[in-house]
Amino acid sequence: MANCETCKNKLSESCFRELEAFIDGLEDKNGAVISVLHKAQEIFGYLPREVQQFVAKKLEIPVSKVYGIVSFYSFFTMVPKGEHPISVCMGTACYVRGAEKVLDEIKRTLNIEVGETTPDGKFSLDALRCVGACGLAPVVLVGDKVYGRVTPDQVKSILKEYE
Amino acid sequence: MSRYKMHVLVCGGTGCVSSNSIQIVENLKKYLKENGIEDEVQVLKTGCFGFCEKGPIVKILPDNTFYVQVKPEDAEIIVKEHLIKGRKVERLLYKEPNTQTAIDDSKHMDFYKKQMRVALRNCGFIDPDNIEEYIARDGYQALGKALTEMTPEQVIEEVKKSGLRGRGGGGFPTGLKWEFAYKNKSDQKYVVCNADEGDPGAFMDRSILEGDPHSIVEAMAICGYAIGANKGLVYIRAEYPLAVKRLKKAIEDAREYGLLGKNILDTGFDFDIEIKYGAGAFVCGEETALIHSMEGERGEPTTKPPFPAESGYWGKPTNVNNVETFANIPVILLKGADWFSSIGTEKSKGTKVFALAGKINNVGLIEVPMGTTLREVIFDIGGGIKGGKKFKAVQTGGPSGGCLTEKDLDTPIDFDNLVAKGSMMGSGGMIVMDEDDCMPSVAKFYLEFTEDESCGKCTPCRIGTKRLSELLDKITKGQGTMEDLEMLKTLSETIKDTALCGLGQTAPNPVLSTIDTFWDEYVAHVKEHRCPAGQCSALLQYFILEEKCIGCTACSRVCPVGAISGKVKSTHVIDQDKCIKCGACYEKCKFSAIIKK
Repeated sequence: MANCETCKNKLSESCFRELEAFIDGLEDKNGAVISVLHKAQEIFGYLPREVQQFVAKKLEIPVSKVYGIVSFYSFFTMVPKGEHPISVCMGTACYVRGAEKVLDEIKRTLNIEVGETTPDGKFSLDALRCVGACGLAPVVLVGDKVYGRVTPDQVKSILKEYE
Repeated sequence: MSRYKMHVLVCGGTGCVSSNSIQIVENLKKYLKENGIEDEVQVLKTGCFGFCEKGPIVKILPDNTFYVQVKPEDAEIIVKEHLIKGRKVERLLYKEPNTQTAIDDSKHMDFYKKQMRVALRNCGFIDPDNIEEYIARDGYQALGKALTEMTPEQVIEEVKKSGLRGRGGGGFPTGLKWEFAYKNKSDQKYVVCNADEGDPGAFMDRSILEGDPHSIVEAMAICGYAIGANKGLVYIRAEYPLAVKRLKKAIEDAREYGLLGKNILDTGFDFDIEIKYGAGAFVCGEETALIHSMEGERGEPTTKPPFPAESGYWGKPTNVNNVETFANIPVILLKGADWFSSIGTEKSKGTKVFALAGKINNVGLIEVPMGTTLREVIFDIGGGIKGGKKFKAVQTGGPSGGCLTEKDLDTPIDFDNLVAKGSMMGSGGMIVMDEDDCMPSVAKFYLEFTEDESCGKCTPCRIGTKRLSELLDKITKGQGTMEDLEMLKTLSETIKDTALCGLGQTAPNPVLSTIDTFWDEYVAHVKEHRCPAGQCSALLQYFILEEKCIGCTACSRVCPVGAISGKVKSTHVIDQDKCIKCGACYEKCKFSAIIKK
């Protein structure tokens, strides 16, 4: 999530300066766009239009190309994540052990769909493909914390920890 | 390691770390210190033991005690009882699921008995962050041997002779691939390690990188020497932070020890490794797509030829191998091609790592000789089906693979046998399913995955997978027709024949491998609007049996939509209009009073 504590999701000047310093420090800008976007997402928390335009300008490539890359890879997001991003693993192991029901329960409780953020900005919801903790299936992540063997009726108490 | 009398190995793989294993290490150290024996007992955080089902795992050497599901607070009793008084902590020992007898030596566990660990040889034995432990287990000796005693041609010949085939899915002979890259002359060549493990449910590459990162560093350097490259790149998923961290440390330490960088071991050979991050795209497992992604482009595949061995990264000859393939290389050079090729079947040599998951007792990471049967893997090593249910199918090869059933259980597992049975080896994911799993739903799950992950470049894959998943959606909702079933087959064959890359060509496999074997199940959804496995929620209704309900109210309390009414100690009723068929009541009821049909 955003490292830049002062600006959170507001696109402050200092965040852009940090990104600029990273880009200027690159040995070779050729082919660096994906690592620049990784850095940008680390700084801003997400990749809105302004950030994509900035990256394009600095790397001297068309914005369309940057957008093409951002939209291609699932790791990049154009919407700000919630304060507590929730990821439900939908890898096969979790799926056959009932991850879909857990996901449905979270959707219903928070009243948001996958890829959305609650109006108060507290939670965002994503489905991801395999965290690799298949022994704990089904797995739910809230921020960096891993919850294993989650059942639908545990959802409410898990979310309560973050209220 | 010699001055310690005992060693405590704690699993530091992602699964066990998620269950607080790092805290166990801290607590063990604390209690050892409090009791003044920190110089006699060594605590080590290792890579994955493979037995993820019962994590966190703590193993004690030399007596091979295997503690399961250890909690941080158990550290005290382990120190006081076991390490000081020499009495094993009975309640933490692993118990065989069928007999409930406690096993006090891990060598006697069915889970390990039939395994043979080559690629995973160091996982769970050494501290992955300590290069000296790797060196103590013959680490970097193979590199030394290659550089000082062998010519590049001899290295390639040895790998060819071993019969090693690519472990990432394709099964292409590794030595041959190296030879192609070797023969293409160029001022610059590259060695690429494909660590973009995208198959949901497979985690062997991550475990190797987390548990034994130096084996990959060493193997890449050997490959560089063989093909004439001095630059290596690891393309790794950004979603694997722990693996990235350990690999970075391994690369730095290898540089410091003169095992990477300029003039390695004074032989004049230069080689260094750089890490490139993936950003989440399944198609990037395909080597041309992976190379485009490393160049900062969208990870779209291109037609072969030209193969990367001819024109790869920045147009230069490039050799791409996957993590598990590389992990085998140092052993092959040290123990010899003859030793390696004595393991396995005629056309598939060596061992294979599988990630066992799903409805199986022992979820985890296992490594067996090629030619082991599915029955041995699922019932002997895997401990059989969870909850005593009936085995229905095992899905191998991930989204590109297919389902194998009861009749295939005695087939020896190797590359060619799996393909002949309509599935494939893939990267080694093995998802076990029981009688409660609905096959059209499983096919739908995989098709939704490939639809989502299709890069969109070619029409058969972009539109075809979407149409397939729409058809399957209709069927699982009970709205399908018999024509839809025929269409599923025709469309699948068309996509298989016409898609551009491996992702598209294999995308219909989950449909093709289930539709014949489970034809009746597909037909039941269409003609009777019934899901025989009882999984498709659109075709289900939950009922409460009057004679069994004791009115405990557990179901009405767990119902998220308030669809269950009834007073304490009297029969409850489900309002079918309100019911969203989540199954929460069914799971909760202790009296089997709720049925689904």
